[in-house]
Formats: sequence, C-alpha cells, structure tokens
Amino acid sequence: MKKGGTAERKPFRPFDLALAGRNGVKRFFHCFYKIEEEGWSMEKMKVEEKRGQKTKMNGALMLIEALKAENVEVIFGYPGGAVLPIYDKLYDSGIFHVLTRHEQGAIHAAEGYARISGKPGVVIATSGPGATNIVTGLTDAMMDSLPLIVFTGQVASNVIGSDAFQEADVVGITMPITKHSYQVRDVQELPKIIKEAFHIATTGRPGPVLIDIPKDMTTLEGEFDYEQDIHLPGYQPTTQPNHLQIRKLVEAVSQAKKPVILAGAGVLHANASQELQRYAEQQKIPVAHTLLGLGGFPADHPLFLGMAGMHGTYTANMALYECDLLINIGARFDDRVTGNLKCFAPKAVVAHIDIDPAEIGKNVPTKIPIVSDAKEALKELIHQEGKPGDTAAWLAQLEGWKREFPLGYKNDTHAVKPQKLIEIIYELTNGEAIVTTDVGQHQMWAAQYYKFNQPHRWVTSGGLGTMGFGLPAAIGAQLANRGATVVSIVGDGGFQMTLQELSVIQELNLPIKIVIVNNQALGMVRQWQELFYEKRYSHSLIPNQPDFVKLAEAYNIKAFRAKTEEEARTVLQQAFALKEPVLLDFHVAADENVYPMVAPGKGLHEMVGVKLCEESLQ
Amino acid sequence: MTVNNRPGVLNRITGLFTKRHYNIESITVGQTETEGISRMTFVVNVEDERTAEQITKQLNKQIDVLKVNDITDQAIVARELALVKVSAPPSVRQEIYTLIEPFRASIVDVSRDSVVIQVTGEPTKVEALIDLLKPYGIKEVARTGTTAFTRSSQKAAASYKTAFII
Repeated sequence: MKKGGTAERKPFRPFDLALAGRNGVKRFFHCFYKIEEEGWSMEKMKVEEKRGQKTKMNGALMLIEALKAENVEVIFGYPGGAVLPIYDKLYDSGIFHVLTRHEQGAIHAAEGYARISGKPGVVIATSGPGATNIVTGLTDAMMDSLPLIVFTGQVASNVIGSDAFQEADVVGITMPITKHSYQVRDVQELPKIIKEAFHIATTGRPGPVLIDIPKDMTTLEGEFDYEQDIHLPGYQPTTQPNHLQIRKLVEAVSQAKKPVILAGAGVLHANASQELQRYAEQQKIPVAHTLLGLGGFPADHPLFLGMAGMHGTYTANMALYECDLLINIGARFDDRVTGNLKCFAPKAVVAHIDIDPAEIGKNVPTKIPIVSDAKEALKELIHQEGKPGDTAAWLAQLEGWKREFPLGYKNDTHAVKPQKLIEIIYELTNGEAIVTTDVGQHQMWAAQYYKFNQPHRWVTSGGLGTMGFGLPAAIGAQLANRGATVVSIVGDGGFQMTLQELSVIQELNLPIKIVIVNNQALGMVRQWQELFYEKRYSHSLIPNQPDFVKLAEAYNIKAFRAKTEEEARTVLQQAFALKEPVLLDFHVAADENVYPMVAPGKGLHEMVGVKLCEESLQ
Repeated sequence: MTVNNRPGVLNRITGLFTKRHYNIESITVGQTETEGISRMTFVVNVEDERTAEQITKQLNKQIDVLKVNDITDQAIVARELALVKVSAPPSVRQEIYTLIEPFRASIVDVSRDSVVIQVTGEPTKVEALIDLLKPYGIKEVARTGTTAFTRSSQKAAASYKTAFII
C-alpha cells in the first residue's frame, strides 16, 4: 500500500501549487464578467483582449472557457481524483452539469442529447474505472455516428506508465472506438485540442472524440487562445457531391422502372428530411428506412414503405429485393438491413450517397458512388429536376403489397400485447413523442408500431445494440428538448442494467415516462432460442425480478402496473396527464415474437411470419 | 502513406489493421523530408481489389493520416535490408564470399565461426540470398521490411500479388 500511497500523493503536488495561484486567476475573471454585467458594449474590447493579450489560466479553467466558447449547455459526468481540478473550476462556472449515477449513464445520456439536439454531447469521467465505464457508450456512439466530446482524467504525466492508482491506458483502450483521440501533453495545446475535437466530432461523419487529460495538465498554467484557426490537413471531409456522379444518378432514375430509396440516419444528421421528401415526391420514388433512419421520411406518406431489414415490413424488404435501382442515402448497408448479401438487391443498380467514402462499396458493390453530405446531394438532385422514371406500375405493386401484407399481430385483450401497447402509446402521444429504447424485442415493436412522422424523435441503440441505453438516453433527450413528451420504452432486462439513473430523473424532475415492456425474459434471446435452439431457453427467462413499482417508489417516482389492455390504456392516460416522471410496468404477453423476420443467413425475400400478419387481419 | 508524427499514430494504424482483420506482412516507418511528417510503407496480403480499396479508405479516415497511395499496380522501387548471421568456419568462408558477391551483399561483422551479411534489395532478392545461405546454417535473420517509392517514369506496371501501401 505504501507504493500506492506515494503514487496518490504525487499528483496532488501541482494541484496545491495551483490552489495558491488561484486567487489571482479568479480575480481577473471577476473583472472580466463585471464588464459584462454593467451592460457596456464591450464586445469589441473582449475580442481584442482575447486576440491580443492571451489570457493566462490553468488547464481546468481553459477547459471550462473552451466549453463556454462552444456554447455547451450541459455536461454529463462523474467526478473523481484525476478530474478534481476540473470539477473545482466547474463549481462556479455556471455550466449545467448532470451528475449521473454511473459513467455509462452519463455517456448514454450524452448520446441521447446529441441525437435530439444535433449538438455534441459532452462527458467528463475520471481516470481508470471512470474512463473504462464509458467504453460501451463510446462504441455505441461510434457505431451510430453520434457526436460526443469525452474528457477523461488521467494520472499525472510523471506517473503515467507506472501503474499508478486509477491509471488505465484509456487512449489505447478507446482507439478503435473513437473517431479520434488525444492525450494532452502540454497545457498550451489544450485549447487547440478542444477546438479540433469539436470540429472533428461534429463535421463529416459525426463520432465520439476523446480527450485524455493528465491531472497536472489541469493545474499547470498556460495562455488561453481559442481564436486560433485549426489546421487539419489529414481531415477534409467531402460535403459537396461530384456533379458527374449526380448526373449519372439522374439518368439512372429516369430510366428506372423500379427505383427505391433506402434512407438512413445520415439524412437525420444532415437535417435533410425536407429535401428527402421533396426529392422522393419529385421523382416518385418510394422510401424505406433503416432502423436509425426512422422519422427522416414521414411514416404516413403514401411513398413510405416502412422499415427495411431483419424485422422490416414485407413491402420494404421486397422492394429492396425486386428494385432495379437502389438509392442508399446515408445508410451503411448493415447486415441487419441487407440480410444475406448474396441475394441482396440482385437486380439493382446501386447508388450510394454517403459522407464517409469508406462506407461506399464496403458491403455492396456500388455503381454510382456519391461522397457527399446527404442534404447537399439531395438539394443538387432536386435542382437537376431529372425526368422521373415510369414508376406507376411499381408503385401500384408496392401499394398492393402494403395492403396485402401489413404489419400485424393477433390481439388479445385479456393480456397486454406488446404491439398493442406501442400502438396505444402512439395514439395517446399523437405520434409526437420522443421515444428512446434499448435493444431487443421492445425496440423492434417500437420501431414497427410507433409511426414517426417527424425527424429527431427516435433515440435507439442501433449498430451496437446496447441494453441499458434507453433510460439514460431519455435523460439527454429530455434535456435537449425540454418541452417534448419523452417515452423511454425499455425491456425488463435492459432496464435493470442502468436503472440507477432513475435517481437523476427524479432529482431533475424530468417528466419522462418509463415504459417497461415486461415479459420476464430477455425477449429477443428467448425468441431466437425458440426458433433456432429447439426452445432450450438457456438463461433467457428471468421470472425472478424486483417489484418495479416499489422500486420506482423507493426513488420517489410514481409508478403503475398493468396486466390487461384496458389497464394499460388507463395507466398510460394517467401517466401522460402528469408533468412528472412516471414508471409503468406492463406485464405483456411473454411468448410474443417479433415478426415478420428474416432469419440470419437468409435473404430479404425469405421472410417468415408474414402469413401470421395476414391471419391477424381476418 | 504519410502521417503526422504524433504519439500513438502507429498504434492507431496497426489497431485499424487488427480491427478489420487485415494481415500485415511488413511495416517500415521513418521521417520524411518535412519535419513532423513520417512515411509508412505497408505490405499487406489482400484477397481482392475491394479489400485493398477498403484498407486505403479506412486509413484515409484517420485524422493523422495525410495521404495514402496504393502503389501495387505502379512501377516502384522497393527495397529491404536484411542482416543474416551465418555460421562460417574458415573452410567455407571463401565460398560464402563468392556466393554473396553477385547479390552485392557485404560482410559487416566477422567472428571466429560466423559472419554477418548485409543485403539490400527487393524482397525477392533478399529471400533468394537467404535461401542460398541456408545450407551453411543460418543463426539469425533480421529484416527491416520493405520501403518503396514510385518510379518517376511509369512505364511497365509490375504485377505484384501483395499490395504496397505507402
């Protein structure tokens, strides 16, 4: 322990020094703000001051000032030894900080915030365990292209590499799961690093950027200059489409008889929903969404085919299979969307619009590659006003499929059918709620039955499929849009992975409605075991669970339970009438499966469970 | 490939190869004529064009990577240096000297019963020499890996199976 003791003491030394010098720094800032308070027109002077006399301050204060310069309105974090100097400066900074109860909660909340606001989510975690607790969230954000700025504390520079207390090689650990990462080695570089990080996280294909800050870097002083230009010769994302490729696509559309657009979250990141609708209408091209793209195109639009993929609609999947021109806009041809690649869109010419050139041609050979921001490409396509192809017969065929094979299930009013539950939520929120989910059956039902007509309403863990994502993500989503109704639809399994964040929801009195789709099982695992493992339900059934209503009450959150459709409707009505958080525990039909389904290894045209939907209509 | 000479860059790039399951045959890294910028040369075994294209694109995505060129199908000058320690009792020493001469290799260290041979050239040449020296008993081999330049005049495209990415 003696060794540990010295390691712990050492990093504190520069901290003490900084404390001594703190008054001077602080005094200066009093003056700075006083000028503002007096209402003088000091804008010009401030700029001159910033440019001319570079202000001297310690690294922790630089961090705070940089966040202010970036207009950060909320930080999600958790303090600890290595970030104490940062938290000290945060104390009277005026920046809103949400203390989650676990670092994983902080980063998922930041993801929810980023997804809804379009702005980067900011996270602070301490060194070692604090930093390793955010690994899941970083991977999730990387897979789903969410902009995050993550600050992790690190042991002081002079003990890095000595296995010091709470030391972990965070930059090494997170290298493959961040868009970029930095370790601060010179306090003078900190402002530039933060500025670069914001730029990298939010431009091109968004993603998480991590900044690892050794403790001494937060206490050492340096000149703060946030006005300097950033120079990143190795990072120049292409945002404008190539004219030649656009022309190729226009021609292809004119000749196509069976075109279809597959729109992903790239449309949402680019804020291109309106352009997408205008383009689809102009060229009369039907649109299918990926899971993460939902909301980019209005679900009630006649050209909308539904979600494509493993649990997508019959029409969307068959459209992808039968089409002669497939226009992918901001989707990455994930395996859950394409099914077996050997029989994916076999008759189609593939066009792919993506801001990340590495996604084009990665999984599906692409004839017309367009590296561009989705909005810019769509604007250009609309502007070209190409001759629409002769798609009348194709649209009629799709319309027929939509009528013949809609999503469906067998209802049972004596139990709560999970699909019905989502439909009731949809109805009671007028389809306008922000919905967050984990991964699994409840996620698929939410995607199928909550018909998103607006963009930026859907927060789910797509690529990584993270259990425990939905509840903390709802915190961030609600903070990003305080007026919105936020419904966090979670499973009983995932809920128990991050339920400690109930405390935050209660503390901030966020009126989030937590809907537990409780089937006393890890539903999707159970479904696969039923279908592919001879109903050998190995560790997927969890009949032993806490009383969720009592649990919520322990957190001082109102809670209801419902076991029939009628009860479900009543408690939901009650819950939505309350302007406070409410937890709802719905005991749903436990043996319900998600259909239709493309079994793993099968092509999109080999769906099962389509017929079941048909039966339910009779 | 040219990269910013920053801490962790090599790790970032080899990590990318690991993550995407690309098999590296050799890497060489060194400074360039510009301060702060390094050049890396990779030799990677790939199955098809598409994989080579993916590697190039993924490398390009790295912020610290300034430029990536796949020079597999171009005329290039590729060189590798190898040090080979061969057991060489005085009886065969003269024979070894004669053997390495056409390779323009040289003896850089001599001890009582072994010599160290330095050879520079295309990897195939290095390999040929090593094969020839095998019967004498190779004690140790150290190879630098290949570094390469594109030729100024691009006359005949070479047909290599491995991808050179610089």
